[in-house]
Amino acid sequence: MSPSVPLQEMIRAIRSARTQCEERGVIQRECAAIRAQFRQSDNGGRSHNLAKLLYVHMLGYPAHFGQMECVRMIASPRYSEKRVGYLGAMMLLDEKQDASLLITNSIKNDLSHSNQYVQSLALCTLACMGSAEMCRDLAPEIDRLLQSSNSYIKKKAALCAVHIVRKVQDLGELFVPAARSLLSEKNHGVLHGAVVLITQLCERNPETLKRFRKVCLVWFFLQTVPDLVQIMKGLIISGYSPEHDVSGISDPFLQVRILRLLRILGRNSESASDAMNDLLAQVATNTDSTKTVGNAVLYETVLTVLDIKSESGLRVLAVNILGRFLLNSDRNIRYIAMTSLQKIVGTDHNAVQRHRGTIVDCLKDQDASVKRRALELSLALVSASNIRSMIKELLLFLSSCPPELKAQATSGIFIAAERYAPSKRWHIDTILHVLTTAGGDVRDETVPNLIHLITSASELHCYTVHKLYRALLTDISQQSLVQVACWCIGEYGDLLLKGECQETEPVQVSEDDVLDALETVLQSHMSSSATRGFALTATMKLSTRITDNVDRIRSIVSIYGSCIDVELQQRAVEYNALFKKYDHMRAAVLERMPLIEKNNSGNANGEATRETLTETNSSRTAQEERVPPPPQQQPAKQTYDLLDLLGGASEPLQQSPAAQTLPIITSSSAGGDLLDLLGGLEPTPGPVTPAPSATVYEKDGVTLTLSCEQQSDSSLAVTLTATNASQSDISGFTLQAAVPKSVQLNMNAPSRDSLPAQGAAQLTQLVMLNNPNKVNLKMRIRISYTRQGSAFQDMVQVDSLPGLGAAGHT
Amino acid sequence: MIHFLLLFSRQGKLRLQKWFTPLSELEKKKVIRDMTLMVLARPPRTSNFLQWRDLKIVYKRYASLYFCTGLEEKDNELLALEMIHRYVELLDKYFGNVCELDIIFNFEKAYFILDEFLMCGEILETSKFAVGGSVEEADTLQETMEEYMSKPAY
Repeated sequence: MSPSVPLQEMIRAIRSARTQCEERGVIQRECAAIRAQFRQSDNGGRSHNLAKLLYVHMLGYPAHFGQMECVRMIASPRYSEKRVGYLGAMMLLDEKQDASLLITNSIKNDLSHSNQYVQSLALCTLACMGSAEMCRDLAPEIDRLLQSSNSYIKKKAALCAVHIVRKVQDLGELFVPAARSLLSEKNHGVLHGAVVLITQLCERNPETLKRFRKVCLVWFFLQTVPDLVQIMKGLIISGYSPEHDVSGISDPFLQVRILRLLRILGRNSESASDAMNDLLAQVATNTDSTKTVGNAVLYETVLTVLDIKSESGLRVLAVNILGRFLLNSDRNIRYIAMTSLQKIVGTDHNAVQRHRGTIVDCLKDQDASVKRRALELSLALVSASNIRSMIKELLLFLSSCPPELKAQATSGIFIAAERYAPSKRWHIDTILHVLTTAGGDVRDETVPNLIHLITSASELHCYTVHKLYRALLTDISQQSLVQVACWCIGEYGDLLLKGECQETEPVQVSEDDVLDALETVLQSHMSSSATRGFALTATMKLSTRITDNVDRIRSIVSIYGSCIDVELQQRAVEYNALFKKYDHMRAAVLERMPLIEKNNSGNANGEATRETLTETNSSRTAQEERVPPPPQQQPAKQTYDLLDLLGGASEPLQQSPAAQTLPIITSSSAGGDLLDLLGGLEPTPGPVTPAPSATVYEKDGVTLTLSCEQQSDSSLAVTLTATNASQSDISGFTLQAAVPKSVQLNMNAPSRDSLPAQGAAQLTQLVMLNNPNKVNLKMRIRISYTRQGSAFQDMVQVDSLPGLGAAGHT
Repeated sequence: MIHFLLLFSRQGKLRLQKWFTPLSELEKKKVIRDMTLMVLARPPRTSNFLQWRDLKIVYKRYASLYFCTGLEEKDNELLALEMIHRYVELLDKYFGNVCELDIIFNFEKAYFILDEFLMCGEILETSKFAVGGSVEEADTLQETMEEYMSKPAY
């Protein structure tokens, strides 16, 4: 076995290892030697070995086998071994280890040792890793030490008590009298410890206090305020004291702690705050602020003034100090100033506004931490009066801002713009600017929000579409921007092609140009799937807005009929169908969108509207659309109600069911809103009350009954029950329903899909109706089933739900 | 209260670690890794303050060593800078013109000095002379002459 090498030799050996592997080898050898040494009985080099182990531990290697050795060494009578043993305990043991309990006894003994340095080792270790049990055990001992005459021990005992109070909150009461009396000490170390202890006692968690039915001690320590003021005054006025002086300030550490304690005591007490006013004014004016240490004291003073119930003159003084900090050349001071201003921007808004210029300048600072603070503060300072200039600065910042701040900046700008926008055009411009600069970092709701904003600013459609078209030509990588641009071009393409616009310079755009632009988006690999969906829909919409190139559009659409992306393929196929079979409806389907009703609270109606409108757009087969009730009940001349396509054409519905060309949505549990199949319905408020059931259809032995139940003010639960009284079985029984336009319908799955003969079983289906506009409820039900191999369909119209009026008739 | 004090070199090697809150070994390693990465990545002439999780990080570079400490929300950052400076002064007084090698070869002495200066995450002694005096007096209690006289001899 190689002889153990003294500590420094080992360190030298490890450092001279050239590779990681070599180092590992050296360390493994050493650890083996150390382990062997530990197993031997006492020899002179125990402290060396443990020290070596601690070094190895600091390099990151495992050292848990030294824990027991620490315990043994702590119990040794030799001071050098105790010292290293306690150090090892602090480094290797923590309260979660089982071995830590073993040293409790040693600590207890050492706390009453005759030598103060041994006592201090024990105190230090207890304060570092003492668990709650250890603290409970030894608290009375610590209290005794707090009252000893040795100031060296007293100051250590004070901080040890702080640890105990942190660990076991209800032991705080034990230390109150001692803490109070320590304030009359002269020794700065003891004073400092006492102030920290009192601060800790006052800061105890109120929840814990309630649990143990203890009282908050702040009221008790209010009596110490005059003493603290006295001590502070002594520190400020006193002459030069070499051992405590730091650049001309006498004991800044103690000064700052006293200021902090005064803050806690004065927070809720008028009288205490009054007692401190003079002192705080004196500190604020007399402290030398050329060095960091002076600024540290000033900073703490400012925080205290702003937190207690200070008089207004003092507050103004404090804010002015912060303003001075903002102009300081030292970056640290500027950072500190902005952090503090952030805290008071809510309460002293005007005072902070005065420094807005400096804060905005800090946005251009090199330091990322300063930039972050400046951004938060700038966003807090935006108001109706300075919105234009602030947003200009923020947009400038956005173009050069670090990536981790981009998301915060964009959402902050959006919120501010929404709150204080001076005009719609400015608002749209701002959002577009943000999208072009940082489109990748905006939140998902930006696209629908922007679309809503654009539709609501009808006078700006021309301007918007021109701007977006130009933006699209420049750059198609920002997905949100491209999506909005495609949507606008699709909606307002005719305005674009007209070429003239009051708000911006006119540009000649031909139909081919527009289609080229959209096709570029469709084919680009940078476009996401959603974006391509937007582009395809826009292309489709243009088919009604342009005159010459409809064929080109048809070819584009049919190409995508075989696209790999399922979403695009589905759209293309449906649009193709719109060209072929339903060409007569195309114009109506692709008309302008009405104004979207935006619901800010996550109302299911609004949410679904936003999603449906932005993702699927109007060119989806109209039956699947869900449209909220338009603001005006009368369809305005230029905004065509999208789903009124059958308003005038009620003939198809009277045709025999077999020749039905209209695909009506089948009943499904997902449910969709249905068309106004009844045409020209004038919504009138009708009383909707719970109603009994009534038979609405009876033919060939098939009976359908309907019963309603009012669920709430606007929602109604309708139960349809079908029975088969005939001799033959019925299979594939399905019900489909249509309701007036403004009513929402949700059909649950039927209980079964076959009806056995002679009423052996019945089929029920629940339909939920939501009638927010309280229109007169009518329902049209189509029944289809198969009996003895032949299909059968029938339709019944229920003009008024049972109980509301006459019973339904076929 | 400060949560930890770390000293590491420009290459990211740890020279001293003092923890004032109970953390598992894994958590400690994570903190060390994060601190070294964050602090070493800072360009020169930037402010000495960072935000990390819910702690304020204050760091200062002295020659080849970075002193890095984590503070709570209500602590005074400027005072933390002063505290770091005071600790460096104490080391300087004890070792006589301290350099990184002193701290490497006599790390246990650096810990003893720290334990006389800070406790429980708070400052224990504000007097410059008292700390050095206590450590030297405690050194005299060392049992063997050889240990007492062992000063850096690289």
